[in-house]
Parts: sequence; C-alpha cells; structure tokens
Amino acid sequence: MAFKKALVQVGLEREQVVLVSGIGCHGAMVNNVNVNGFHGIHGRTLPLATGIKLANPDLMVVCFAGDADCYDEGWEHFVHANRRNVDIKLIVHDNMVLGLTTGQTTSTSPIGFKTKSTPFGSIVPSLNPIAHALASNGSFVARGFAGDMMHLTGLIVEAIRHRGFAYIDVFQPCVTFNYLNTYDWFKERVYKLEDENHDVTDKDKALQNAFEWGDRIPIGIFYRKERPVYRDGLPHLKGKPLTGQKLEETDVTALMEDLK
Amino acid sequence: MRENKLSLIVGGEAGAGITRSGFLFAKACVRGGLYAFGVNDYQSRIRGGHNFYIVRIEDQEIYSQTDSIDLLLALNKETILIHKDELVPGGGIIYDGEEVTLDKAELGREDVKLFPVPLRRFVKELKAELIVTNTIALGAAVALLDYDFGSLEEVIRDTFKGDVADVNVKAATMGYDYAKQNYKGKLEFRLKKLSTAGKRKLLLTGNEAVGLGAIQTGCKFYAAYPMTPTTPLLHFMAANERKYGMIVMQTEGEIAAINMVVGASFTGVRAMTATSGGGFCLMSEGLGMAGMTENPIVIMLGQRSGPSTGLPTYSAQGDLRFLIHAAQGEFPRVVITPGDAEDCFYKTIEAFNLAEKYQIQAIILTDKNVLESHTTVDPLDTKRVGIDRGLLLTGEEYRSAEEYLRYRFTDNGVSPRVVPGTKGAIVRANSDEHNEDGYTTEKAELTSKMADKRFKKLDALIKDLENYETTKLYGPEEADVTILGWGSTKGPIREAMKLLNDEGLKINYLQIIYLNPFPAAVVKRVMKAAKKTVVVENNRTSQLSSLIREHTLMGVDHKVLKYDGRPFNPIDLSQKIRSVL
Repeated sequence: MAFKKALVQVGLEREQVVLVSGIGCHGAMVNNVNVNGFHGIHGRTLPLATGIKLANPDLMVVCFAGDADCYDEGWEHFVHANRRNVDIKLIVHDNMVLGLTTGQTTSTSPIGFKTKSTPFGSIVPSLNPIAHALASNGSFVARGFAGDMMHLTGLIVEAIRHRGFAYIDVFQPCVTFNYLNTYDWFKERVYKLEDENHDVTDKDKALQNAFEWGDRIPIGIFYRKERPVYRDGLPHLKGKPLTGQKLEETDVTALMEDLK
Repeated sequence: MRENKLSLIVGGEAGAGITRSGFLFAKACVRGGLYAFGVNDYQSRIRGGHNFYIVRIEDQEIYSQTDSIDLLLALNKETILIHKDELVPGGGIIYDGEEVTLDKAELGREDVKLFPVPLRRFVKELKAELIVTNTIALGAAVALLDYDFGSLEEVIRDTFKGDVADVNVKAATMGYDYAKQNYKGKLEFRLKKLSTAGKRKLLLTGNEAVGLGAIQTGCKFYAAYPMTPTTPLLHFMAANERKYGMIVMQTEGEIAAINMVVGASFTGVRAMTATSGGGFCLMSEGLGMAGMTENPIVIMLGQRSGPSTGLPTYSAQGDLRFLIHAAQGEFPRVVITPGDAEDCFYKTIEAFNLAEKYQIQAIILTDKNVLESHTTVDPLDTKRVGIDRGLLLTGEEYRSAEEYLRYRFTDNGVSPRVVPGTKGAIVRANSDEHNEDGYTTEKAELTSKMADKRFKKLDALIKDLENYETTKLYGPEEADVTILGWGSTKGPIREAMKLLNDEGLKINYLQIIYLNPFPAAVVKRVMKAAKKTVVVENNRTSQLSSLIREHTLMGVDHKVLKYDGRPFNPIDLSQKIRSVL
C-alpha cells in the first residue's frame, strides 16, 4: 500500500517501474502491483535489480526482499549493493522470522527466540543490518514501520527521490509466526528520528542510533548523503541505456589488428 | 639441418615472465609468416614452482604441441632437470652457465648441446629488473636458430612501451650477439622468415576469440568473478569496455554475476558471464531461473581438472554431463563446444543468436587447453554470422492494441519479447510457475501447459539446428578408424591423424560441436558407416560415449581417455589409436 501510494506521489508511470522480489511472503508483491516485475530466486533480488538498472537507467528499479532473503541467503549482495551505490531501491520486509516456511529463526530474530528450528531458543545474537549498511558506505539508510503507513510512504518517496542506492528496513510484524515482535510491541517502542532533530548527514550519530534497541527503537532516515552512483564511473555511456545501441554497427576488425 | 620445424620450451619459476617470453617468441615467428602453437603449463601460484611454455613452429598449419623438444630455454636449473629427457638428440639448452653448475652425471645426456649464456651478469650490466633474463635468453635462441632478429624486436616494441621496450630490446640484442659470437652454426635447427611475412595472421587464444565473438555480436553486459581459465576473458572484455559501449563488471561472486546477467537480459541487452566448474556450481540456480523466466543468456564454462578445486590451472573435460543437467527441473538449453580458437569466435556468435531466438540459455563449453593456448589463425570473418535477435520487439514494433503477455502461447513456444519501459506493456518475469501474463500459478493444467510451451522451443531449435554445423567430419567418408571427440581434443586428434595418414592409414574424425541438443542423426550415420570407432576424451568416465549411447543406442568400440590435466600429445595419441586396429 505504502509503495503504491509512493509511486503515485512521485508521479511515475507504471511502465517505468520494475519491481524485483525474492522468495518469501513478500515475493507475492509482483502479483499484487501492476508494474513491470521480476520475481526472482531467494536472496538474489539485489544482483538481479543491479543488472536491470545498469542496463537501463531510465527504469526505476525497486527491490522487495524479506529479512531471511536479504540478510541470510543474500547477505553478500546487501553489503556490496550499499558499497556499489547503483541507483536502485531496497525495501526489506523485516518480520524477524521465516514465515513462508512456517516459522524459523532469521538473522534479525532476537537471541532466545523459540521457533521450530530453534526449539530451545536461538543461541546467537541478531545481526544489525542498519549498522552494516552504514559501515558498507550506504548512501541512504532508513527504517520504517508498517504500523505507520503515512510515515513509511514518506520514506519510500524519499528513497525513490534519492540518487543512489536507498535502503529501508521495514518492521512488518508477522501476525502468524512472530509472537514476540508484534504490532503492539513495536508501537510501544518506536520513535521517529526526525522528531529529535536528527542530522541525517552525521554518520557517527547514525551509527549510535543504529545500535539503539530495547525500550526505544528509532525509525526514519538514519543517514543520507548522495555520492557518485556506479554508472557515474562509466563516462563512455553518458547515462544512456545499453539497450538503444545498434548492434550491427559493431566491428572488431580493428581489435584483431592488435592480436596480429 | 632441419628448417622451420621446431619445438621450444621456456621454463622457470612462476613470476619469471615465462608465458610472456614464450608468447613473444611465437609472435615473432608468426610475423615471419610461420605458424605457431603455444601452450602454457603453470602451477596455481604467483612465485616459485615450475612453469613452462611450449612453442611449436612450422611452415604449415599446426593444431597442438608435440611430444618432444628441440630447444630448451632454462631460466633455472630445475627446468633442465625436469625437461632434459624430452629433448631430441642434437637438441640444445640455453641456460646461465655462471649461475648453474651442471655435471655430466646430473644431465645424463651426451647427445644434447649446451649453450651457456651469462644471463644474470647481463641483467646486472643492463641495470635492469631480473625479469628481463628471459628476453636475453630469447635473443640467444633467435641467434642459435638463425632467425630474423628484426621480427623479435618488432614484437617487443609492440608489446612493451617506452623504457621497458628499450631495455628488452637491449637485453635481446645482448643475448643475440653473445650466441652469434660463441655458438654460430652450432645448432642443427633453423627458422627462416617466409615471403608471407608481415602482420597478416593472428596469434589467438580461445579466451580472446570468445571475447571477439561476444563483442562482434553486440554483447553489452558482461559480469563475472575471476576464475582460471576464464579470467583472461574478463580482462579482455574489461579492456574493451569503453571502446565498445559495454558494462563489464567484476562482481562479488558467481551468483551475483549470473543474476546480474539475467537482469540485463530482461531489459533486452545481450549479456554474458564466464566461469569454471566451481563457479558454475554456484550459477546453477541462476541458470534455472533464466530457464524458467525464459531470459536469453550466454555462459562460457572453461573446464579445468576436478572434482572440487582439483588442478586449478590444468585442463579437463569432466563437466559435460553436469552442465547438460545442471539446475533443478527440466528446461531446454543449448551446449556448444568449440574445438579451437577459430571455432570459439563463430560459435560464440551462434550462441548469442540461438539464446535470443529461442529465449534459452546458451552455454559455450570450453577448457583450459582451448582458452589459454595460442594458435595461428587468419583474420576472422566478422560478416560470416549475422545477428539474429529473434522475436525482440522494439517500441514501434510492439502493438499496444493487444494486451502484452510475456509468456503468450504460440505455435513454436517462443513468445514475443518486449523490453520493460515500452509504453503500454507490462513485462512480468516469474521464477514461479506462471500464466501467460507472468502471474504466479499453481494450477495443474497450466503447469504442464507451460512446461510444454518451453519444450516446444526445443523442438523448434532442433529443427533449426539442421542449418547449423553441429558436427564436422575431417578425413575421408570411409576409413579404417573413425574418431569421435569434442572440444579441445580437436587439435591433438588432427595432429595424430596427420601422423597416421603418413603411415598409410585411413582415418576420419567427427568433431561433435553441439552436444545439447545432441546431433543424433549425424552421429548415428557416421557410427553406422564406421569400421571401428574410438572416442577420445579428457575425462575418466567417457561422458561422450554415454551420450552417444543415450541418443543413438549404439556403443563405441574403443575409448582413449586422458585425465591427468595435460593435453594429449599427438604421437602418444596416434599410437593409442593405432593399437585398436
């Protein structure tokens, strides 16, 4: 819902948008939003989206992934996507549990979390994706809450308007399998960074906020600072899509001269 | 005195510039109108160990290295001890006589000639880096062979720049002058520049040929993770990224590479990746996704010795079965196996065309022997294979009156492709089973109908392949022995055929170029006509034999298998083939 509203608000044509989703409950997104879509495989939304965006920068490419999809199976891509700064958007439906496989722990589940795969409680602490995104040189790092649709829509609009890789972790409680991190649990704890005059260009402060967890949990934009996107390093393409080139005009005869 | 027929080895530690100097020598000969074949044998390390590069030179086409050595350029003592017994009687060794002491018992060969050159002392006199040692030895070799020094100088100046070129030319001159003064006329072998000298032929590796083919046919997106023996292709593509309007990316791994390639393909771009067996294992899931979503991609797989890490810098043909079946579920794919650098160029172009025409995945199956060996070829014909993008509709061609369905059912299973961003069309790719519009389905009837749709493309492809050179027969229609093989064994097999023909035997050889779909009709016809069949392969289980049996219900008579990481040597191979008679 928030995504659809954000698209309307930014004024994007549906043909311009490509929605990329992985495997998990979020994966059905491609079936629910009438824009271009690619329903890929578990953990691989980011490289898939990267290929699409690099090939055709005229498209607005938005990835939807789950916490297991992005932070477990596809973790390597998360770190590199932040670092690489390809102009794609990543929205992670973070419910801190594997829902589609009927409830197992994920890397954002809290220590002690009891699931079918951890019947005695998870024995490892959770991973901190916000801090990792910051440490990986992410240029837009934010967190939203599905219980505050207006605020989330605003974040998505900002992410779409950001030139570069924009990442939003979204608390999206699983009403079926997560008995701990419920809507009410979050409602009691979340506060908005912008309400406390947070400076989004202050990375040190953003890192401090990233480690804030417990009675008070921040949502909003932790950090935002535009820097050159990946394609800026490819001056020969001048921002043009790879698609428009006349393939018949290529000739490697000159290249062969160097091999003689 | 033997002229224009030579086998030479440059050997030494990793990091001593072995491959480069072997390559320079080969290229200097090609500039002189001769034919060169070069193969590097190196260990998986950056310094130390023993590396060598074999160059074979003749005045006619050659397809592989040979079994013996005429001249050894030994940059260390170990090289002499390892290779001395491969030397022919009358063969020579160039080495540093002031650094290496060599007693007769150690050498054990009285019939070879020693040509000590003070390599290390010359390097000091030049105040140069130690790596120019090999260039001094090259200069000495050119003098001993009475070859044209100008060709070597020209090649050095083309390869190096500025001061480095000057130092190397000086180094080569020192070696050349020293050998001329001290050993004039001492070696029985000569190389002579031909009237066809000049910049006419290419000294080409399979990696370069695949790269040339990919660029020629409009590959605009290349993503890969370095892995021997395909890393040089990444380097080649990267070097040409800006000149040819491409994006060439080194990714965080093979999984990222194949997913990026599929993403680029989704937008209508010709996209490719390359890897070896280990990387291909990681790509398997992405390959299956490309199959299910019907995104055309090209993967080059360069085989090396396995299983697992195996011999990382040596060759094998052990991945054929794996990649014909890789990834869960069933979907059509095409597997093409070029036998040499020239094949690599044309078959890469065909791979891109077939991938797009049938919206399938084309795999170019090669190995270290094809990818890293240098062969002498005529300039490639850039017009021979055109570009066929199949049903890829651009904005103007797309009629928005009709609702666009990415997976529309058609007679041959191929649905028109429209790129995302086209006005009026929503393009939906789905790795889940899907309906014509790309929406997820779990319906029984639709599931089998979609599988049928994908396999209708295979039927169409099989029919289309009748117009392609899926196999190639060398030698007469009727023969005493019929050899069957695929990939890089082509070179040694053709060399072995020459030797067996010289003995008066009638041999023919069927090179199977397309292994999936399997060209069953042709293979069956050749098998039926054959008196005796021999399969030649670089693997332990003779995977081609099993494919032949699967598709023709016929067994082969004999198998000649080699799985030690090294290529077949022609004499050895010819003896094994003769022994089946």
